[in-house]
Amino acid sequence: MSAAESLDAELESFRAEARDWLAKNFPPSLANVDVAMASAMAGVKLSGNAGLWQERMGAKGWGTPTWPKQYGGGGLSPAEARVLTQEMNRIGARNPIGGMGVMMFGPTLLECGNEEQKARHAPGIVTGQVRWCQGYSEPNAGSDLAALRTQAVDMGDHYLVNGQKIWTSGAQYADWCFCLVRTDNTKKHEGISFLLIDMRSPGIEVRPIKLISGFSPFCETFFTDVKVPKENLMGPLNGGWTIGKRLLQFERAGLGSGGGSAGRGGDARGLDQIAKDYVGVDDKGRIADPDLRARIAQHQMDAKAFALTIQRAQAEAKSNMNPSAVTSIMKNAGSRLQQDRAELLLEIMGQQGLGWEGDGFAGDEIAATRAWLGGKAVTIYGGTYEIQNNIIAKRILGLLDHQ
Amino acid sequence: MAILNEEQTMLRDAAKSWVSEKSPVTAFRKLRDSGNVDGFDRAAWAEMAEMGWAGILIPEEFGGSGLDYLTLGLVLEETGRTLTASPLLSSALVATSALLLGGSDAQKKEWLPKFASGKAIGTLALDEGPHHAPANTALAATRDGKGWKLSGKKSFVPDGGAADVIAVAARTSGKAGDTNGITLFLVSGNSPGLTRHRLKTVDSRGVANLTFENVSVGADAVLGAVDQGFSLLESVLDRARAGLASEMLGAAVQSFDVTLEYLKTRVQFGQAIGTFQALQHRAAKMFTELELTRSCVEAALVGIDRGANDIPALASLAKARASELWHLVSNEMVQMHGGIGMTDAHDSGLYLKRARVAEATFGGASFHRDRYATLMGY
Repeated sequence: MSAAESLDAELESFRAEARDWLAKNFPPSLANVDVAMASAMAGVKLSGNAGLWQERMGAKGWGTPTWPKQYGGGGLSPAEARVLTQEMNRIGARNPIGGMGVMMFGPTLLECGNEEQKARHAPGIVTGQVRWCQGYSEPNAGSDLAALRTQAVDMGDHYLVNGQKIWTSGAQYADWCFCLVRTDNTKKHEGISFLLIDMRSPGIEVRPIKLISGFSPFCETFFTDVKVPKENLMGPLNGGWTIGKRLLQFERAGLGSGGGSAGRGGDARGLDQIAKDYVGVDDKGRIADPDLRARIAQHQMDAKAFALTIQRAQAEAKSNMNPSAVTSIMKNAGSRLQQDRAELLLEIMGQQGLGWEGDGFAGDEIAATRAWLGGKAVTIYGGTYEIQNNIIAKRILGLLDHQ
Repeated sequence: MAILNEEQTMLRDAAKSWVSEKSPVTAFRKLRDSGNVDGFDRAAWAEMAEMGWAGILIPEEFGGSGLDYLTLGLVLEETGRTLTASPLLSSALVATSALLLGGSDAQKKEWLPKFASGKAIGTLALDEGPHHAPANTALAATRDGKGWKLSGKKSFVPDGGAADVIAVAARTSGKAGDTNGITLFLVSGNSPGLTRHRLKTVDSRGVANLTFENVSVGADAVLGAVDQGFSLLESVLDRARAGLASEMLGAAVQSFDVTLEYLKTRVQFGQAIGTFQALQHRAAKMFTELELTRSCVEAALVGIDRGANDIPALASLAKARASELWHLVSNEMVQMHGGIGMTDAHDSGLYLKRARVAEATFGGASFHRDRYATLMGY
């Protein structure tokens, strides 16, 4: 047996184990139900089957399959994690552990946090019990994030935080906030620190912002004389920019990799199937509108190219956990794909895709419409489409700043 | 980049260094200006064969090295970078695949050793008009005693002027447009009744129109099964598409690298033009497309090697993507170079011209979008 074959055999035995465990623990009534999203964005603590599923996955560590076992993670190899995902997809089981803790803060914590911070914060993320939000953007620090002004003053045994954050996703439901704060006014990037703030601290006020989709996934968060213990500083004082950027790499890789699936809303079938229903087929079984058919094909080929690129990036990163150069394209490619799909879906549904609420529109239709509107955010948050292109041009292609 | 084994890495590196030493773009330019009728340099081809590239896919028993499509794709990517003109695709990939997939033992014994050594060149003659349309095969093959007589025409046959043996798609029953009734024949390049007309195309390669007037072949010339040639043809074409996509990827990467270098060195308004955001974002877009396309090309080659069940979709994806990519990058190459990019002295034009021919060969982006949709059932 060659090395590759024995690896395959090991993976197949893990597949059997995963399949068996899922059969015993996944409530079939939750097939294709995204409970993590409901939990993170609507502020509900999961109950019933959803709560049970979250509890079981959390205890097993498989919601964060590649995280180390010592912090409650699954301790799986990337290949095993892929097998687990395949097995979950097979039965429509969605990961019930999600949100910013898993996608963004956790990987950064594991890489940059001290032992005490990892032991304290990782287990709550693994079990989905502690929700995190991101205190990055400010009214005058959006794309120019390092212009942030929220101040943390050293008061001896604690920091005193004053300022305002904006676009803090899910802040109204969050237990904790990972926050970029200014600890030195004389320097721009080198005057920023990475602070972990308990959202129940006195002096924090959260105001949801109503968006074009009708939802309020983002908030304004105000900090007035908020006391933060010194042990909540992650990484060196004034060394927060590097950690903050590292987190953004995880965020962008995560945001991108959801392209075409995350935040879809509505009918989960392929666009081609939906188009056959709404537009009809010709005598050869093709979507009746040839122009629309060609654009659906284009989109599905783009989506396939993107999926193959994720696979390639994972294969390349197998030996080292660092996001590689190819991940720099993920956010833009994935966000565009998601928006293209939403626009195509709307077009396929015609006027039925333009309802706001009430009678005359199916639940799937309304959900797709709202997802289309909500999806306009994906090329803005996590670094805009344009900022991502700046990053590719500068860091990957070596083009210089304009003087 | 796909994860490579030692052999693949060695061959790719060997190709990289041979191409930069022996076959830079200047070699192609010299060839173009020399009035060469084959469309490739026979001495350079002999060197490529000497290094074993002509026999990469051919099993050892027939004188090759029995390696895989990914390996040949890596070499094609490197030769594509410098627009190296050679029968590597037509002979070592397309004609070789036709024999490997459909050839009898006798046919393999006759041709594969000659392909592997580079002593014979093979190609595929399929299309009969300006657009790629495999099912539209009309060239008639009629039974003639124990053998067959072929009459009709073939258009834009790659290396059709120089080929020693040609796999010809012919109609043995039904009508143009039917997938049933197509048969592949192996026809010698110097058969009586076969007239070859070399064409001068923008990319200065060795493409030819062929006319068949009662060309006689024996029963042993049939490749695969009579009337059942379409699926064999499609399998050969999918390998051809993936291989060509690899060559195109290499050329697109080079087009991009040359352009990026120019953005860093050309100074206007007191600074490198690459500092302008309008150009930076277009460069970032091209890089994004390059990365996405690389994944598709590699997946197609690896899929062929592993016998995946979605080879047709992967091949169409790779060819469509490579066509769109190089289309974009070759246009940007000219535009971003400005006036110098319009001159014959600059390489931009060579890449632009080859890009369009490669796009049209074995089906362009719109052909493959349509095919992809059909394969997916819509």
